Formats: sequence, structure tokens, C-alpha cells
Amino acid sequence: MSLRQWWRDLAMGVRFAFAGGREGWVRALLTAVGVGLGVALLLLTTALPSAVAVRHQREADRTDITYSDKIIPKAADTLLVASSGTTFRDTDIRGRELEPEGPKAPLPPGVGKFPAVGEMVVSPALKELLDSSDGKLLRARLPQRIVGTIGESGLIGSAELAYYRGAEGLAAQGITGGRITRIDRFGNPSPVQERTDPVLVLLVLVVFVVLLMPVAVFITAAVRFGGERRDRRLAALRLVGADGRSTRRIAAGEALAGAVLGLVLGTGFFLIARQVAGSVEVFGESVFPSYLDPSPLLALLVGLAVPAAAVLVTLLALRGVVIEPLGVVRTAKPSRRRLWWRLLLPLAGLGMLYPMVGQGRDGGDFNQYLVTGGVVLLLVGVTALLPWIVEAVVARLGAGGVSWQLAVRRLQLSSGTAARMVNGIAVAVAGAIALQMLFAGVEGDYSEDTGYDVSRAQMQVSVPEGKTLAATARQLAATKGVQDVYAFDEGYANDGQGDDAHFGRVTVADCRSLRQVAELPSCHDGDVFASHVAPDADGSGQHNADGESGVAAKPGKTLYFDTSEDPAKPTSVTWTLPKTLKQARSIPDPTGYRRGGILVTPGAFSAKAAAGVRGEIYVHLDESMPDAREYVRNTAARIDPLEEPMTWVSVKRNDRFDTIRTGLFMGAVCVLALIGASLLVSQLEQLRERKKLLSALVAFGTRRRTLSLSVLWQTAIPIVLGLLLALAVGLALGVVLLRMTGTAVRVDWPSVLSMTGAGAAVVLVVTLLSLPPLLRLMRPDGLRTE
Amino acid sequence: MSIGHTLLGLLESGPRHGYDLKRAFDEKFGHDRPLHYGQVYSTMSRLLKNGLVEVDGIEPGGGPERKRYAITDAGVTDVQQWLATPEKPEPYLQSTLYTKVVLALLTHRDAGDILDNQRAEHLRMMRILTDRKRKGDLADQLICDHALFHLEADLRWLELTAARLDKLAEVVVK
Amino acid sequence: MTPAGSLLVADELRKTYGPTVALDGAQFSIHPGEVVAVMGPSGSGKSTLLHCLAGIVPPDSGSITYNGREMATMNDAERSALRRSEFGFVFQFGQLVPELTCVENVALPLRLNGTPRKEAEKAALGWMERLEVDDLRKKRPGEVSGGQGQRVAVARSLVTNPRVLFADEPTGALDSLNGERVMELLTEAARSTNAAVVLVTHEARVAAYSDREIVVRDGKSRDMERVV
Repeated sequence: MSLRQWWRDLAMGVRFAFAGGREGWVRALLTAVGVGLGVALLLLTTALPSAVAVRHQREADRTDITYSDKIIPKAADTLLVASSGTTFRDTDIRGRELEPEGPKAPLPPGVGKFPAVGEMVVSPALKELLDSSDGKLLRARLPQRIVGTIGESGLIGSAELAYYRGAEGLAAQGITGGRITRIDRFGNPSPVQERTDPVLVLLVLVVFVVLLMPVAVFITAAVRFGGERRDRRLAALRLVGADGRSTRRIAAGEALAGAVLGLVLGTGFFLIARQVAGSVEVFGESVFPSYLDPSPLLALLVGLAVPAAAVLVTLLALRGVVIEPLGVVRTAKPSRRRLWWRLLLPLAGLGMLYPMVGQGRDGGDFNQYLVTGGVVLLLVGVTALLPWIVEAVVARLGAGGVSWQLAVRRLQLSSGTAARMVNGIAVAVAGAIALQMLFAGVEGDYSEDTGYDVSRAQMQVSVPEGKTLAATARQLAATKGVQDVYAFDEGYANDGQGDDAHFGRVTVADCRSLRQVAELPSCHDGDVFASHVAPDADGSGQHNADGESGVAAKPGKTLYFDTSEDPAKPTSVTWTLPKTLKQARSIPDPTGYRRGGILVTPGAFSAKAAAGVRGEIYVHLDESMPDAREYVRNTAARIDPLEEPMTWVSVKRNDRFDTIRTGLFMGAVCVLALIGASLLVSQLEQLRERKKLLSALVAFGTRRRTLSLSVLWQTAIPIVLGLLLALAVGLALGVVLLRMTGTAVRVDWPSVLSMTGAGAAVVLVVTLLSLPPLLRLMRPDGLRTE
Repeated sequence: MSIGHTLLGLLESGPRHGYDLKRAFDEKFGHDRPLHYGQVYSTMSRLLKNGLVEVDGIEPGGGPERKRYAITDAGVTDVQQWLATPEKPEPYLQSTLYTKVVLALLTHRDAGDILDNQRAEHLRMMRILTDRKRKGDLADQLICDHALFHLEADLRWLELTAARLDKLAEVVVK
Repeated sequence: MTPAGSLLVADELRKTYGPTVALDGAQFSIHPGEVVAVMGPSGSGKSTLLHCLAGIVPPDSGSITYNGREMATMNDAERSALRRSEFGFVFQFGQLVPELTCVENVALPLRLNGTPRKEAEKAALGWMERLEVDDLRKKRPGEVSGGQGQRVAVARSLVTNPRVLFADEPTGALDSLNGERVMELLTEAARSTNAAVVLVTHEARVAAYSDREIVVRDGKSRDMERVV
């Protein structure tokens, strides 16, 4: 066989891919769009690591506050930086006050000129927010004149909210290296290399496999679009003298053409998605288009692998088909699908994962190859098992309405096609379920219960130095959206000096507030109480509570409050306990803590001791008032711009963990959308091929509802089977992964159900979207072709 | 159709009376047109004269119809030759209808009407034949089919002409 | 001008598809038990006339009265119901659902009307026997010959005992022997149930199974019985 003949056949295939009028073009385009979407997703995936790296780098490059103990001296090249970040609704705003101390003070990345006092530079997203009507509330907190925007190099995402504003007199507030710091350059001089947790590595690995598997499945499905018509065309070629091998080469040429066009489209989609990615924010994360640069090697691999896979799949699909000059003959009766080797795949996958069970997170590393291989085999097992299951179940499906009958019979004839269509969804859902389980399982380890009682207070404001508790509390209480404030002056005191001194907590507050921390027999201004912490009801001791007060609560005793600024020169203020001490029983305060020590009403406290306590105000919001938190933040910012009120949540999660979770959600959404699109495409193609039949059915009075329902069943039956299988495999994989991390196995049903629900939603959406074309095809025009 | 050859052929299976001959002929071939008795008689005289048949015997009672005829060797040869000779295909032109169409065009009458009427007439005939075919035996069916195919051929010509009336008008009127 | 006793009457039908005029003032009427052939060259509007008469396609103007009811006053659902229960259809090809077995195909119109499966298939089998294809019951349309498939289609068109049977080139894809057999069975069955048959064909020998014919040319119809 000469090379030229080869070339001619391939070229002919390429021509066929686009020939055949509108029909041919549409088919080629469908294939290309399918492959293209897959390619785009692959490219995005290959670009993801670099995006993460770039973000990380940017973040490191702009680091200013390093919490270092060493404070450098003031110089011409130093800059004072104060952290003044705030929160608007649920979004964090990174904020800094800048005070250059000399002409050579370093500029933050992305900023061209220091803002003067009363000016600020903001990120584009923040500018947009401030300009919008939504941003009015925030504008009250950030009233400075906007004199510029922060460039891309100073931001870690297109939607990031950030500002730098000018300040003066920061040094007077105390340079601590924390809240206010002095730097001579931006960037972390000694970046901390976080040791990556093997469990996190496992998670990332599985996320990638889980996202990429459906894409692979999807691409193989896409190159089969229009297969029946192609087979007929090849038969016609055989009639005019092409031999069997030559037809195969022509088919390969066709697939190649579609794949290459898909590659081009995919690159286009990727570039579009890259631009779009800059303008969307998913779960609080955003990126700049420039972050999404796939590594050249991986991109090249995609460029070679996709066309190769397309050709391979085509040739495999043609294996079971004999193309005769007079038509296509399926090799005998398609042999009944065998179960054993299909079961072998997932079992082998489990076998690869099993040795790592129980290695736990302190046991060290997981073998990445075994993990990847095992997960891949398990998921490939889904695609192998599903056709068998669909065939076996559909063959046993019995009577029902006409729509049911139409759907079941069609599935019985071509269960393979049906299974191929849902393979992708099944794999995606199985993987996602396993991951969700893994997440939910290890979530406990990475998130902590904060213990806050958010029913009593939702925000906490620290009274800044130089302001009194009462005045601050009054201002907050007068703020819109605030129902109640509980204000406490808190401090520690010792009852003597030297080694036998005992420490104890002292809380100063009015009676109303004190009742939030203890049961008081009676309370008048001027009363002082000794608070007793009872052991926990279950006798487990003193969890989240003070021990029995160390301070000897003896009437008349003098207590010392440490007010030292410098350890070398200790200073203190004193306060003497009154003659009578009432007894109080401690209850959990709004932070969930049970405090012991001395509880004092303001009338009993002395003004000179006030320097020894610090004010904390717990704010109870009127939750019916929208943006109540924003009003509180505005008030707090007015009191002290550097003070950010704490907003309480009941559970706090590890941030790093959030990123992976976000990645999974983004990926799962993309994959499901992609598969939904492919389902829709094959559905439409199938409908188009049945145009005449549909018209005839309508002619003799078939209700549109009947045909629509049959389309629904036809998708729903394989999907339900696919989801069931995905559920089984996903749960199995999840259990194994949890065992591997040494976490107690528990099924997170809500997320399992939501994943299967998402899969089911795809079916519904696809059916809904295919209805308009179906209705159009059902018009009688289909009858008048001859 | 050659009646002489048909009668000769009927005689090949054995000698028959003239009356038998007529009955056999009518039964098998003469659906539309039964033979007149005189026709049988004159044909047989001609065949006798040519030596293709001979009188095998005369029934008592006299009269020409009482003669029994038998085929001679020369007669058998003659039948053989007739059967072996293919029928000449008849390029049967509906000359009258064609004339009518042309005249209608020349006089600016609607030639389409003429064709439609002719089709209706043909179809009427075809319906009768179809009906007979349904009720008859295999022989009936074959005969009717023969006629139906001929009529159908006419109709095809008719349709074709109808489709080409405009062109024909151009040629004829010029 | 409605002829007395007509089951289905159409008057002054007009229908255009874009620039193409398919019907241009066509008339039609048929009595119960009557077989009317609609003839004419291809592209003359025969099929469009049938589609309009059957309520598949609404005409642009003109009236169609079935059993005293004006079709234009019915909505789509009513017309569909009419087609399901009162009309039967046979087309040239492409009408059998390839996934269903023959008997299921024949039973389909009954099942669309809500008849239980068993009952519907029993009735279907009865019609298949009449059309001499009962031995194909378990086969799928892809496994039977064209003539057999067409007989199955005829059985299906008759299974609801329709009052009007619409046949669009029912023998178009068959050889003459099969075609005639199908026509014979079709007209016989229709006559025995007193169904009217609207038979669109361009073949004279198929039209010969009708009681009368109308000719459609350039969207206009001629009723040959009334002309002669």
C-alpha cells in the first residue's frame, strides 16, 4: 500500500467531513464543538496549576505585614503600613493605610503613586462596587477620594476588592509589626514553605482525575456524532470500489478532520473562557486571564492526544461493523455483553487503593501512581459496567404507556448508544460523590467549631485605645440595625506580687450585660460578684471555661492590674475588692466561654483602675434588617479606621481546604454543563434522523406530550441507571479514600443527593432544551420531502 | 388473433365437433367476443380446404354442425410454426386522440380537457377490468392485466402529453 | 355546493409554502364507503391536499368540513384526536417505528387512544391476519420486506376502524404484484368497514381501485365524475 494511497484516502475523508451540504457541515461542526469543548476544558485544567502558582506569587510579592518582631528604624526608604481591611457583606476587602517616611519609600505592586491623606487607590472591582448603588453603604466607610486604580500586578484576582489609602501619624499609634508595621520593601523576604499535607495532595490528585475522566469519555462520544450516516456513506464508497481498509482510512480521515477542527475551536473556546474567567467570580475566587497559561508541554500533549484519540475511537467503533457495498452489517448479533471483565476493572482499582488503607495523614505519603491508577480504574469501571447494566435492565423493562414503550424499545435496540451518552455523567457524579464524602469526612479535621453563640450576639467590637467603653457602646447601640449591645471591660488581675500571686479574670459590666455571663441572684449598680464555674454536666471537666478563680475572692483584698508597656519597667494600677461579695454561677457567655473570676458593676469599679481593662462589646443585631452588619462596620470604622469588628460564624474552615473545594465545584459545574451540551447534541441529532417518522407519528394523531415524554424516558432511564451505578461506585470510592486518610467513614447524604440531583437536573434541562426542536420537527413539513 | 390457428390448436388434444370447438374457444379466450357459429363453420371450411383438418366423422342427424373434425399432420406443423413465430410488436399510436389534441390546440380549445376526459374514460375501463380481475380466476386476472397494462401505457402517454401541451402548442401553432 | 351525504368536504382550499403555490382553490368531497383517487403529476399539490383534508396542515384559506364540523374551528389537540380516532393513514414509507415490533406498531394508534396494551395487540393481530401478515408479529420493521411492511402499515391504519383512510402513494415503493395485493386488501378492508378512502397516487393502475378520481393540476382540482 503506497503512502500516496494512504494520503489520498485520508484527504478524501477530510473532504467528506465537510462535504454533503448543510447536513455535512452541521455534523462536522457538532463533532468539532464537542471535541472543542473537551479540548478547552483540558487546556483550562492544564492551565490551572500555573494559575494557582501565579496567584500565589502575586500574593507573596505584595506581602507587607509579616508579624516580625524586628522593627527596622525609620529611613528614607521606609514606609509605614497599617492593615485596615474590612468586610462588605460576605466579601473581604483588603485594605492598607500607607504613610511613606521618605522619598524612596517602596510602592506596593500595581500602584504608581502614593495616595495622599484623604485619597485612595482601589482595585477596579472595588471601584465598580463603590460606584454602584449597592456600594453607598461601603462608601460611608471608605469616603476617601479615588485617585487611581491598582494594576493587575497588585491583585490576585480580577474581582478582588482592595484599596490603599494615604495616612499620617501612624507611628503614634504604635508600630508593632502586626497591625502597623514599617517596611522597606514589599514581598515576603522569607516565604514560609508550607509542607503540603499528603491528604491534601490526595484530594488534589483525585479532583484532577475526577474532572478529566469525564472529559475523556466525552471526547470519545463526540467523535461518534453522525456515525450511522457515515457508515452509509462508506457503504456507498464500497459500492464504487473502495476496499475495506481504504474505507477505514477514509473514516479515520473524517474523524481526524473533526478532531483538528475541534482543536482549533477548543483553542478558541479556551481563549474566550480565559477572557470570561477574568470577569466571573466563582465562590469568591477570581483570576486574571493572564494567569491561565497552560504549560507548553501539556498543551502540546493535548494537541497530539486528542486527534489520536479521535482516530482510535473511530477505528474501534468500526471494528464491530462490516461495511459491505450494499450497506452496513453489524457483525452477526452483537454478542451479549460479558460481565466478568467489566467487573474486573473496578475491582482492580479497589485493589490498587486497598494497600494504602489506614495510612492516615500522619502515616506519610500516598503512592501517587497507585492512587491515580486506582481512581482511574474505578471510574473507567463505571464506563465499562454501565453498558452492561443498561442492557441487562432495559431488556427486562416491561409494559407501560406508549411513551414508555417507545423509549424502552428504542433503548433495547441501541442500549450501547444510550449508555455511552450517560457514561460521562456517571463518571463525573461517581467521582464527585467520592470527593464530597472525602471532603465531608475530613472537614471536621480542618474546620473548627467556634463555639460562638450567634443567637445572642453576631458581632464583636473591641474598644480602641483612648475610647471609653460606655461611649463606644452608646455609639454602637445607636447604630441602625443593632438591637442590643453587651459591653464588658475585661482584664486580668493578680492578688499580690511575687511567686505566690494568683491570677484571675475581672469583668466589669452593667447588670444587664453581666447576666449574659452568669446567673446573678440579684444585681444593683455597686455590686461585686465572685463567679463560680461548675464542672461540665457530663463531668468531663473544665472544657472551654476558666478554672476555679485563682484570685482569692476575699473582701477587702487589693488587686493589681498590669499596665506595663515595657517588660523592663513594670507598672500597675490597683483596685480593692469591696466588703461584700455576692456569689454568681457562671454560664456560657456569647463567645461560648464560661468565665470565672470577679464580676464587677461599674459603680463598684474605680476610675483609676480603668487603665487595666479593655473594652469588648458584643453586638446583637436585628437580623430582619438587611445590611445590619454594614452599619455596625461603618460605626466601628468611624470610631477607629483600623479596627475591624469581628463577625461571628458558628463554624470556621481551613482556607486552603476551601480552595480545593472551590476547584471541585467549579470543575463539576463545567463538566456537567459540558456533558449536558453533548447529550443535547446527540439528542438533537437523533431527532433529526427521525424527522420523517416523527411527522408520520404526528400525522396519525400522536400527542406531542407522548413524544416529548418518550424523549424524556429515553434519556432518564439510562441516566437513572447511570446515577445508581455512580452512587454505588462513588460511595465505594469514598469509603476507600476515607479509610486511606484514616477518617471515620460517614456518608454526607446531602451532598451525595445534591450531586445526583445535579446529574438528574442535567437530564431535565437537556430534555427541556430538546423540546423546542422536537416540536418543530413534529410539524407535518417532514412529510413533504418527496 | 388468428382464430384459425386457435381452433387448430384446440383440435390438437383430440377430434371435436364444431359446437364443442366454439364452446372451448369461448370459455378460454372469448370473454368479450364469443364466436359466431358461422365464424366457426367458415373457418373450418377454410382449414379443410387447405388440408389442415379432416372430417373425422358425421353424427347421425345431418347438418354442418354435426361434423367431427380432426387435425392433420400438416395442421400440427402449422400450429407449431404459428406458436414459434413471435408476434410483431405493435407501435400502436392513438392517432385519433393525437389528432384531436392538435386540432384543439389549433382552434385554441382546451387540449387539457380532452386529455382529462380521455383519462377518465380510460380509468373507467380500467376500473371495470380491475373489478373483473378481482372476481375472476387466474386466467381472468392475466387477461385483464394484459389489457390494464395496455391502458396504462396509453395513460402514460396521456400524462406525458399533458405535461408537454405548452411545447406542443408552440410547435403546432407556429 | 356540498353534495348531500358527504363525509368530508373541502372548498376553495388555498395553501402556499413560501413562494410555491401548492393549492389554489381546490375542491374535494367524499362519501362514506367511497374510494376517491387523487391524481396528478408530481408537484401538483396532491399530497398537500391530503394533508389539508386530514387536518395535518391548516390551509391558508378555504373550508374543510368533516362530518358537519368545520375543521378550522378545531384546535390542534382536537384535530390530533380526530386523526387518532376517526382517520387512518398509510404513507409511502418511513412510517413504522423501527424499534417496535410489527404487532406493536399496528397496536400503536389504539394505544394512543388509551386502549390497554393486551387488548390493543389482540385487535392488531386480528387486522394483521386479515392482511396476511400475522406471522410477522414478533419481527421488527427492519426485518420484513417492503410489501410486508406496507401491509403492516395498512393494518395499522385500519386498526382503529377509521371513517376516513388517507393513503399517500401507498404502493409507491412496491413492485406491481405487491402493490396490487396491498391495494386489494386495503380497498376490501375499507369497503367492509364502510370507510372512505382518499387515495393519492400517480399510478393509473392503483387509481383503478377507486370509485372515482379527481385530478389536481397546478393546485387546482377537477372532479372527473362531474365533468363527464
